[in-house]
Amino acid sequence: MKRSKTVEFGVGLFMLAGIIGLVFLGLRVSGMSLAAPSETFRLEANFSNIGGLRPRARVTMAGVTVGRVESIDLDTEWYDAKVTLRLDNDLEGQLSRDTTAAILTAGLLGEQYIGLSIGGDPEVLEDGDTLRDTQSALVLEELIQQFVSNMATN
Amino acid sequence: MTDVPFIEIQDVHFSRGSHEIFRGIDMLIPQGKVTAIMGPSGTGKTTLLKLIGGQLTPDRGRILVDGQDVHRLSRKALFALRKRMGMLFQSGALFSDLDVFENVAFPLRVHTDLPDAMIRDLVLLKLQAVGLRGARHLNPAELSGGMARRVALARAIALDPELILYDEPFVGQDPISMGVLVQLIKRLNEALKLTSVVVSHDIKETLSIADYLYLLADGQVVAKGTPETLNANQDPRVSQFVHGEPDGPVPFHYPAETLYSDILGATTTRAR
Amino acid sequence: MQSRFDQGAVGRIVRLGRKGCDVMEALGRAGLFLGQSAIGVPSREGWYLWLRQMHFVGVLSLAIVIVSGLFIGMVLALQGYTILVDFGAEQALGQMVALSLLRELAPVVAALLFAGRAGSALTAEIGLMKATEQLTSMEMIGVDPLRRVIAPRLWAGFIALPILTVGFSVVGIWGGYLVGVQWLGVFEGSYWSNMQASVSFMNDVGNGMIKSLVFAIVVTWIAVFQGYDLVPTSEGISRATTRTVVYSSLAVLGLDFVLTAVMFGGL
Ligand SMILES: Nc1ncnc2c1ncn2[C@@H]1O[C@H](COP(=O)(O)OP(=O)(O)OP(=O)(O)O)[C@@H](O)[C@H]1O
Ligand SMILES: [Mg+2]
Repeated sequence: MKRSKTVEFGVGLFMLAGIIGLVFLGLRVSGMSLAAPSETFRLEANFSNIGGLRPRARVTMAGVTVGRVESIDLDTEWYDAKVTLRLDNDLEGQLSRDTTAAILTAGLLGEQYIGLSIGGDPEVLEDGDTLRDTQSALVLEELIQQFVSNMATN
Repeated sequence: MTDVPFIEIQDVHFSRGSHEIFRGIDMLIPQGKVTAIMGPSGTGKTTLLKLIGGQLTPDRGRILVDGQDVHRLSRKALFALRKRMGMLFQSGALFSDLDVFENVAFPLRVHTDLPDAMIRDLVLLKLQAVGLRGARHLNPAELSGGMARRVALARAIALDPELILYDEPFVGQDPISMGVLVQLIKRLNEALKLTSVVVSHDIKETLSIADYLYLLADGQVVAKGTPETLNANQDPRVSQFVHGEPDGPVPFHYPAETLYSDILGATTTRAR
Repeated sequence: MQSRFDQGAVGRIVRLGRKGCDVMEALGRAGLFLGQSAIGVPSREGWYLWLRQMHFVGVLSLAIVIVSGLFIGMVLALQGYTILVDFGAEQALGQMVALSLLRELAPVVAALLFAGRAGSALTAEIGLMKATEQLTSMEMIGVDPLRRVIAPRLWAGFIALPILTVGFSVVGIWGGYLVGVQWLGVFEGSYWSNMQASVSFMNDVGNGMIKSLVFAIVVTWIAVFQGYDLVPTSEGISRATTRTVVYSSLAVLGLDFVLTAVMFGGL
């Protein structure tokens, strides 16, 4: 049978485009990272309420993304949420021991992410350490409830 | 008949819906000879070839090709048997996505491991035999009906099969190519000892090449014999067909009520 | 065969039963057909036949799929923005566009376009080959048309549609970016980061691809079987072509509901 180079080339290009598209969906759309795991280090933080925080949410410092939430589990000892963070290696040995982590919301109803703010302790956090000072998510219903009951008592 | 039969058709019944096409036919088709099957249009000659090729299954009876019961073979064995047959379809049935050359090369490419150069030579020889070597680059859509049938013939003989079934090889051919085709069928038969089955309406040409003839009508074999015996046959049905007389016992019409009652019936229906 | 069973209420039940038997028989034939043609190792020749079909059903369908994807992504962004902006949540635009496309719109719309563009053409092509006795003559040459004609087309469809679906999603997300970020002024960083925070590769991209693969199998199967099984006349071909589009569209939409319920409905 006669073989047509344009057909072969076209199909090859088509399949290549499919693979590139899938890579785009993986990296750009679902935010997976090709970076090797050795370039990050891990911190843990316990929150009494994580609100709508989800794995792979951003971790920021001063608005700059410095890592992602790796996993969220229930800590059965304290019955609160144990959140594991993966942070850029640059920050290993740079964060003071009293760094605080807060669950913040982008806009009123936007995604939830973790904001870190540095403290003044000369001791620093290493891989696997736990952040002591945390601030839970604001839950809108609770806020409203507080507001209403405050109004009532006044 | 003393020849070794290559195809044996035993008491075959076949019907399409309520229309009975064959009501028990028996035939022996001898090896290495040209056997012609003739009969009025619509009696089921094409159907018979399809039964032999195993595309249709008889309701009763059996068909043996080279001793094997065609309709009891496994799919694989049937395809293996078909490699030994060539069939020329009434419509040509060329592959529309391949050009003339590739159509003829198709059986060679799928069933042999011959190198390209040899396939090319074989194909050109077959096309030369049917007078269409110059048309090898045309697409089937660019061929006339008669040319398409000749290409189909070249494809049917590409693998040099042991048995060739020709369905109306002469239709749509001018007198010259007709003569060439008659010679070709004869030559293939003599040189390669092929068994040939020719279905045709062209009495003169068919009688000139056939060693043996069967005449089908009304779902049955009405006559058989060599051309000489058939020519001399006094049976009015046979002589009507062989001599091409319009009136006689062989009906020209597809079974129907009489024209008179049909027309009258239609008129009364319309009047109502 | 006329009998008293053909009349009245009993007759209706008898006819229903007969219809049921016909449907089951057709399904059985179609299933056998799929099994016989899709299974088997292709020859070297088979690869090339598959390649040619990939060109026909895949490459040549790319243009319509890309253009549709672009417009659907742009419309999604436009509509989504006007709704989200009322809640001050327009940063969530990227998330909305990406999830709608990946989970639903790309697999479904690409499959519907595929049925109309490639499916109907497959039915008509195979139907014409049947009507002109090309399939029978292939059988007489000793070549199985299921392997030679049907199998490459089936496999091309199975593989081409998921690729087209990826293309649809990518272009749609880009179209949403054009409208949302470039035109309506959503902050670029939040368009992507919101998307990345909410889209999961396994759950969203993966499930979308599974859907698309199921649709690919069903649509190609319907198209090819309708062509192979049709009445070989010009009317038969036109009817089978229509049936291909109607049956595939219904099958895609119905299956989409079932798959969505299983994948995202917590069943
Ligand atoms: N696919 C089909 N479905 C139903 N009936 C058919 C079909 N094909 C053929 N027939 C019927 O079978 C009968 C025999 O057809 P067949 O094609 O074998 O005739 P034929 O002898 O080859 O005629 P001709 O010399 O005109 O080619 C016809 O009466 C026709 O009506
Ligand atoms: Mg005929």
